[in-house]
Amino acid sequence: MTTMTAPPSAAPRRSDDNLQARRLPVLALVGIGVAALAVSAAIVYGTGIGGPVLVVVLGALLYLLGAFLVSKAVEGPRQARNRTWSALIHSAFVLAVLPLVSVAWTLLSKGVERLDGNFFLTSMNNIGARDPNGGAYHAIVGTLEQVGIATLITVPLGIACAIYLVEYGRGRFALAIRFFVDVMTGIPSIVAGLFILAFWVLIVSPVFNNGQPTYSGFAAALALSVLMLPTIVRSTEEMLRLVPAPLREGSYALGVPKWKTIMRIVLPTARPGIVTGVMLAIARASGETAPVLLVAGGGAAINFNPFENSQSSLALYIYGQAGTASQYAPGRAWTAALTLVALVLILTIAAKLLARRNRLSR
Amino acid sequence: MGDIPPRSADAATGGTSVTTSHARSAGAAHPADLSPTPPTRVPDGGGLGGGDALPRRQAFGAERLFRGVTMAAGAAVLIIIVAIAIFLIAKAVPALRANTVNFFSYEGWFPNDSEPKFGIGALAYGTVVTSALALLIAVPVALGIALFLSHYAPRRVGTVLGFLVDLLAAMPSVVFGLWGRDYFAGPVTDLSVWLNKYFGWIPIFGGDGPFGNSILLGSLVLAIMVLPIVTSLSREVFQQTPKANEEAALALGATKWEMIRTAVLPYGRPGVIGAVMLGLGRALGETIALALTLGITFNITTNIVVTGGNSIAANIANAFGEANEVGRGALIASGLVLFAITLVVNMAARAIIYRRREFTETAA
Repeated sequence: MTTMTAPPSAAPRRSDDNLQARRLPVLALVGIGVAALAVSAAIVYGTGIGGPVLVVVLGALLYLLGAFLVSKAVEGPRQARNRTWSALIHSAFVLAVLPLVSVAWTLLSKGVERLDGNFFLTSMNNIGARDPNGGAYHAIVGTLEQVGIATLITVPLGIACAIYLVEYGRGRFALAIRFFVDVMTGIPSIVAGLFILAFWVLIVSPVFNNGQPTYSGFAAALALSVLMLPTIVRSTEEMLRLVPAPLREGSYALGVPKWKTIMRIVLPTARPGIVTGVMLAIARASGETAPVLLVAGGGAAINFNPFENSQSSLALYIYGQAGTASQYAPGRAWTAALTLVALVLILTIAAKLLARRNRLSR
Repeated sequence: MGDIPPRSADAATGGTSVTTSHARSAGAAHPADLSPTPPTRVPDGGGLGGGDALPRRQAFGAERLFRGVTMAAGAAVLIIIVAIAIFLIAKAVPALRANTVNFFSYEGWFPNDSEPKFGIGALAYGTVVTSALALLIAVPVALGIALFLSHYAPRRVGTVLGFLVDLLAAMPSVVFGLWGRDYFAGPVTDLSVWLNKYFGWIPIFGGDGPFGNSILLGSLVLAIMVLPIVTSLSREVFQQTPKANEEAALALGATKWEMIRTAVLPYGRPGVIGAVMLGLGRALGETIALALTLGITFNITTNIVVTGGNSIAANIANAFGEANEVGRGALIASGLVLFAITLVVNMAARAIIYRRREFTETAA
């Protein structure tokens, strides 16, 4: 037994021992890296074809090549490939982190510029190109009202649809619904906006408004509902399926009718998961620009009534400010972006934390 | 998007088949009066032991009502999809009739003129090219990050970074668009000029400028947006690789990369393809980021560094402001084409994901 468990190093070593492959020392890799950078710098500055960025990029490529060749000579081709792929995978990570960190940094550094009380308490009403103030109060009101109405519409509808799919749906009809929920998941947000434009703004809204098509926050809420519905149905369906069958059977055995079992047993058990799905859907909907752009109208004044006159939203406000020719517009746009991202991230983080505490999910 | 795999022995929900034909179980109280007071007996069925009568199927009761309500909600989904198709077509057809040139081949967008002229060709081309290029850039990097998070990084680091990636997937696109236009355009312009100077002999990098708001910039911004989505889904798939497969590969003396190539990648392939298609669907439908970063021209070009490029969605966002009746119809027609393209992509993705039932999607 002892001979078997003894570490290989304890075995008698011979000069031609092939069991332990030769390894490239870390110092050699560092050396290759330095050499690669030096060669790359020499090439780039010698020929004058670029700056420091190119030095790093070319140096990285040379390092990969050099490390591969040296490793192949010392450790064999398999180790060499392993090293190269490992380096590539690590560099993919670094490569992706750079722009994402840049986005986050820009957002923070630019966003705090206008992060003052004025921004949150005023609207863009009567703000000209040369006015440094102006805020997003109307946009925040719009976002909250539109997303709120959309949530009120989609949550009952989505949960009922998921209940049907899980508890009642059999046969072709249920299959068709499931298929089209998937299709709806893939609808581009701008198409949802166009649908509400064609349906609500151009055809239904004139009925209420003396034949004049009107943009409104409610139309935006409808468009967001089209986007939220499949997400909510999907996540709720998944959560309802996780409810253990014995819970339902126990309830049936006690003589509780099915609808009451669903309302009192199944839904409360699945509630944390459902809430998580709803919050993620809300987070996604609050960041949507395109549908709101097409149907909400995007006014500059505060409008609390989602059913009359145009409304703005945070995302639309950012887009609008991005297209405004004023030296103060970018500051407003970035602060609004920071506000929107904060809203979305808080919702997402809360949803993920809630999901982690949910004992039903994996 | 993936179908949900059954987790219990009963494929659907567990035990529903027991009671489907009964409004309530034998001996149960009437659904309407589950109150402490004993239910009144119905005269025609009172002879069954001490319990209540076996229920007759009620024509109208809480159970029927509840079932009907949920079924109506399910039907609402179908109605919405059908309504989308009907209303888009209804508004698009008059504009297409008014169009004086070929909708599919004309390069330009003048639907507001007295003689409306508009064509989808250049826009559809721009949509497909920017999305394809974005995926070409994003997918290898995303897979690298996913492998890094699932197999290379220390477990705690991987979990934390994976959480951050999930957060990035929820970032509003308008933020990426704003960043792309205001800050990313600078470096990309430099890169374009450099590529043009030294690789100008390749047609895609040719041209005389101006450089900047080009297809390249749009694709890179799209790539950065798609990256977290593809990463998040692929990481989930890679993590589900059976430990036994990985350990078997390692035990046979495979290096780490060989283990990944032989155990992890084949296992994750359908899931990864599904994730990529989902990312493609997102990229195709992306509006605001492209509206802010592309140069908005109406020609089909293979050049990716010169200012220009357009996409269906970006064009809708840009042209909507000054659109008249026909203009709106034209935009709706282009939206219909976009809808069709994304439909094809999503159905392909679904077909692939369905082939592997274990794959479940939670991010979007």
